[in-house]
Amino acid sequence: MNVGTSISIVIVTAFVTLAIRFTPFLLFGSSKRQIPQVITYLGSVLPPAVMAALVVYSVKHISFADSSLWLNEIIGILVTAVIHLWKRNTLLSIIIGTIVYMILVQGNFH
Amino acid sequence: MPKKHIVKQAFLRTIPVMMGYLVLGIAFGLLLQHAGYHWLWALGISISVFAGSMQFVLVGLLVQQAPLTTVAITTLLVNSRHLFYGLSFIERFKHMGTRGLYMIFSLTDETYALLCATGDVGSKEEQDALSFWIAFLDQCYWVTGSVIGAILGTLSSFSIVGIDFAMTSLFTVIFIEQWLSTSNHVPAIIGGLCAILSLIIFGPENFLLPALLVAVMVLSVFRKKLEENK
Repeated sequence: MNVGTSISIVIVTAFVTLAIRFTPFLLFGSSKRQIPQVITYLGSVLPPAVMAALVVYSVKHISFADSSLWLNEIIGILVTAVIHLWKRNTLLSIIIGTIVYMILVQGNFH
Repeated sequence: MPKKHIVKQAFLRTIPVMMGYLVLGIAFGLLLQHAGYHWLWALGISISVFAGSMQFVLVGLLVQQAPLTTVAITTLLVNSRHLFYGLSFIERFKHMGTRGLYMIFSLTDETYALLCATGDVGSKEEQDALSFWIAFLDQCYWVTGSVIGAILGTLSSFSIVGIDFAMTSLFTVIFIEQWLSTSNHVPAIIGGLCAILSLIIFGPENFLLPALLVAVMVLSVFRKKLEENK
C-alpha cells in the first residue's frame, strides 16, 4: 500500500459522504427561501417508509432458499414485536429479541 | 431536564446502537488491520468518514488502491440514500447552530432512526440537546469498536455472534412505535413493499437506494390522496 494514495482515497470518501449529507440542507435550508411544500411533506411521510425499508435492510442477507437462513431473523423480529406490543418498553424488547436471536444462531453452530 | 439527565437519556436510548456499532466497528477494524493498516487508520477513517457500510467497501478500495474517480462514484452510490434522511430534519438542525453542522455530518441510518423517535421529549432545547448526545455517543461507539478491532487483530469470541441483531430489533421497535402513533399506515406499507421488491430485483448489496427512490416517487405521486386521509 502507498500511504499517499491511501490518504487520498480516504479523503475522497469522507468528502463525498459529507457532500451527500449536506446536500438537502444546502438545497432547502436557506432561511430566505421557503421550503417547498413537497419537501416538507416528504420529510413527514418518509420516516415510517424509511424505517420499514431499514428493517428489511438489516436482514438483507436472508435467503428463502434455505430455512436456516431466514427463520432466525423472522423469529427474532417477531419476538421483538410481540414483546414490544405487550410491554411498550423499547430496551426490554430489543434485549429480549436480540438474546433470542443470539441463542438461535449460536445453536446452529453446534 | 438537567444536562446529566439528558446524557443519561441519550445513553439509554443508544444502548441498542452501541451493541451493533461496537460489533460492526470491531469487524471493520479487523478487516482494515488484515489489509495491512495500522489502527490509527481505523481511528482516522471512523472519525472522518463515519458511514458503516461504506467503510467496509472502503477497505476493498484501499486494498485495490482504486482510482479516485472509482472511489468517488462508489461512495456516491453506496451513500446516496442519506440524501433523503436530511429532509426530515431541515428545520430542526438549522436551529442548532454549530451543533447542527455536526448533526448533518453524523446522520447515519441508526442515528436517523433514533432521532425520528425523539418526539416524546418536552421542550425544543431538550430535544436538541438529546439529539446531539445521541449522534455523538453513536459515533463514539463506532470509533471505539473500530479501534478495538484493529488493535486486537484476531478475535475468537463466538459468544457474541448475533449481537448486532440489536439493530434489527431497534428498527423493528421504532417501526412499531411509528405505526402506533399515526393513523395513516400507507407510507410504512409503501416503504416496506418497495424494499422487499427492490431486494428481490437488485439483490442485497444494491437494493436500498432504488427502494428509497421508488418510495419517494410513489409517495410524491399519491401526495394529494395521502394528505386528504390525514
